[in-house]
Amino acid sequence: MSQLASELRRPAVRARVKRPALGPSVTGGFVVLFLSVVVLIPLAMVVYRSTDSGWGGFWHQVHSPFAWSALELTIVMSLIAALVNLVMGTAIAWLLVRDKLPGQRVLDTIIDLPFALPTIVAGVTLILLFGASSPIGINLAYARSGVLIALLFVTLPFVVRTVQPVLLELDHDMEEAAASLGAGRLTIFRRIILPTIAPAVAAGTTLAFARALSEFGSTVLISGNLPGKTQVAAVYIYGKIQEDSVTGAAAVSTVLLAVSLVVLVLLNVIQRWVARRD
Amino acid sequence: MTSASRWGLRTVVLAYLAFLLVLPVGVILYRTFQHGLSPIFDTLTTSEAAHAYEITLIVALCAVALNTVFGVGAAVLLVRHRFPGRRILDALIDLPIAVSPVVVGLALTLVYGSRTSFGGWLTDHGIQIIFSLPGMVMATSFVALPLVVRAVAPVLAEIGDEQEQAAATLGASAFQRFTRITLPSIRGALAYGVVLSLARALGEFGAVAVVSGRLIGKTETVPLYVLDLYNNFNQTGAYAAATSLVLVAVVALVASRFLRPRGGLNLS
Amino acid sequence: MSSRKRGLAAGVAVAGVAALTLTGCSGGSANASDGGGKVKLSLVAYSTPQAAYEKIIKAFQATPAGKNVEFQQSYGASGDQSRAVASGLAADVVEFSLQPDMQRLVDAKIVSPDWDKNQYKGMVTDSVVVIATRKGNPKHIVDWPDLVKPGVEVITPNPFTSGGARWNLMAAYGGSLAEGDDANAANTYLAELLKHTPVQDNSARDSLQTFVQGKGDALLSYENDAIFAQQNGQALDYTVPDNTILIENPVAVTETSQHPTEAKAFVDFLYSDTAQKIFSDNGYRPIVKSDATMNFPHPSGLFDITKFGGWDTVMTRFFDADNGIVGKIEQGLGVPTSK
Repeated sequence: MSQLASELRRPAVRARVKRPALGPSVTGGFVVLFLSVVVLIPLAMVVYRSTDSGWGGFWHQVHSPFAWSALELTIVMSLIAALVNLVMGTAIAWLLVRDKLPGQRVLDTIIDLPFALPTIVAGVTLILLFGASSPIGINLAYARSGVLIALLFVTLPFVVRTVQPVLLELDHDMEEAAASLGAGRLTIFRRIILPTIAPAVAAGTTLAFARALSEFGSTVLISGNLPGKTQVAAVYIYGKIQEDSVTGAAAVSTVLLAVSLVVLVLLNVIQRWVARRD
Repeated sequence: MTSASRWGLRTVVLAYLAFLLVLPVGVILYRTFQHGLSPIFDTLTTSEAAHAYEITLIVALCAVALNTVFGVGAAVLLVRHRFPGRRILDALIDLPIAVSPVVVGLALTLVYGSRTSFGGWLTDHGIQIIFSLPGMVMATSFVALPLVVRAVAPVLAEIGDEQEQAAATLGASAFQRFTRITLPSIRGALAYGVVLSLARALGEFGAVAVVSGRLIGKTETVPLYVLDLYNNFNQTGAYAAATSLVLVAVVALVASRFLRPRGGLNLS
Repeated sequence: MSSRKRGLAAGVAVAGVAALTLTGCSGGSANASDGGGKVKLSLVAYSTPQAAYEKIIKAFQATPAGKNVEFQQSYGASGDQSRAVASGLAADVVEFSLQPDMQRLVDAKIVSPDWDKNQYKGMVTDSVVVIATRKGNPKHIVDWPDLVKPGVEVITPNPFTSGGARWNLMAAYGGSLAEGDDANAANTYLAELLKHTPVQDNSARDSLQTFVQGKGDALLSYENDAIFAQQNGQALDYTVPDNTILIENPVAVTETSQHPTEAKAFVDFLYSDTAQKIFSDNGYRPIVKSDATMNFPHPSGLFDITKFGGWDTVMTRFFDADNGIVGKIEQGLGVPTSK
């Protein structure tokens, strides 16, 4: 610390040679410019182009049977994947925090694998295991269950990673006190543990849902993209891009963006709920 | 917990993880190394493969560099400054998490593609964005945008700004304060964010698939190369290339485990 | 380590990052072609000839003309690739599945209107549409009417992205006419066929993958792609129907090429015995007829696109997204085809 202090005193002499770099306005300018060029203007353009042939055209595209069923399938499958991982993710987090197993640290690390693994590698991997020439004899290609497996895979870490820190901080004393007062395990779980981890579970589930909505690489191979059956929205949009159908791609993208926005807002609300509980 | 329910939980959780995580990755590793190392070597040393690795690295490094500058800047702004629109900026930074990679590709194409008015103007001035590296960098940057910000911001908030203010009182310029006080104290979190971004950037598929044009040797990245090999019945090659990406992912995971600050990654 | 040194290091890092960002990334694409006097040609082609080109390029590089030429290649659905070039994907040599995709580039002033003025009318390879089935053909699918029998699933790509799909549908249409159907009955046959198609992938290569992964009873395919699949150990059989269409694949050097001499030399090389032999080894019917030509079966009722008035007519009559025969069928199936 003293070293730092002496270090700080020296620049005082040189400070007169002021460099005009990194002021808040310059930083702010860069941040806003970059965000606009890379994210905001392009996304605004998607929304804008979705109405190239008016709102009627927009509705026609979104409501065409295959677009509609792709959106429907995406939302339903994402919801199921998020809910399954709500349960399994909480259980995994519990196991990681409250149990003692050999190899637990390895387990803790590989949970993040779906975050780090490129989605197309996940896709190739899943079709190898669950495709037509499955070595374990489970063929899920061209079935909705194949889509679900892919979504479960990519969304696995979210709930684990949001619940785990909360469980770690959870006070054992309170549980013990409750137990000493004669509360059953179920009561302890319901009255003490559940309320504490609920916001984190909700946040993780929402994140998982948002991720599943937008998934492309891992589903593109195993789903087989049967329109009306196993084609998810992102794959439908990809097909429309290839067909050069700008309005079709942009319209379905806009709907997907809108759903994602709602999810993000929801997440924000949940997070404030978490913050209030702290 | 009774031992019965404990064992029940263990069984369910481990079976789930084995089925969903261990088995798929195990199978791909097995298939890759099934015929020994020479087919792997043959696939990964072709000039196409070499180019794919080179391009992937260039795109990822550029995108991560941009995102690092952006991420630190945005984190400083969000934590240290109060300005109108701050909460909106805060929310917008998370937007990319929820946007499908395919939509990212579409969005960039609709603004910078040479058939659009702005993209056409750029093309006339000799600048090509779509079907070229700049577009791929932008797409990659887009999908990895929040990672550095969200890794750095909590640490920045935690360390407070007393030291910086002290330094300012002593006459240190903004630049000096940033490089001598702020940067060293967020080093760990920054490294964590950079590793996460790098892992994401190296593996990006959907957005790059749309904007790259998949020119083998020019804009084809390793993830695209994996699909290319797979579609041409070069399974061994596809699995080998995929496994190389798995290894990168594992290295990134282990690195991030060591670098992860106590707060972890606070997404939004 | 003193914090001053650390500060310096951090400063250098920031400067480095900024410099890298500003210079390295923005100029990344422009200087891709300088490789020590070597010329880099960009070849943009449809999805199936990839394996053949990999060998042809090696052979070309072994000739004096190709010694200093390197290649960037892109393969994908024919229509998609053509649109990509029209939208700015750099290309010196383009090969498509069919002529309309070349015509798009003529309209965009990227390919000269004279591109088809050589003795081969600008075509570089031929093929025919075949019906691929599972090994042993368990459902006995050998001709066009078999495809629309109850319970038969047919895989063919999306005609609005894939050139192969257009060839397939025109072969089916002609096959139906040859069965004695009139134009109306043939239209009905096309509609029925597409009803038996559970998935229309983006490219012929994607459709082949779909079929190989176990979906469908029959696959409408380029003959060369069926041969390619067999060569790669995939378990499928194929039948050449008596009545099928002659596929002709166009190639051209672009007018926007930075290296027209080398590009021209490469296209000339494609007509050499060496290249044509490689094409034929990969299942294509060589366009330069020589005695080395593989003994491909010659269907008795082979027809070509002129039977329907040529591609210009066919594009309007069949593949206009709003009013074409196929466009209307697809709309009826729920595939929105308008832009």
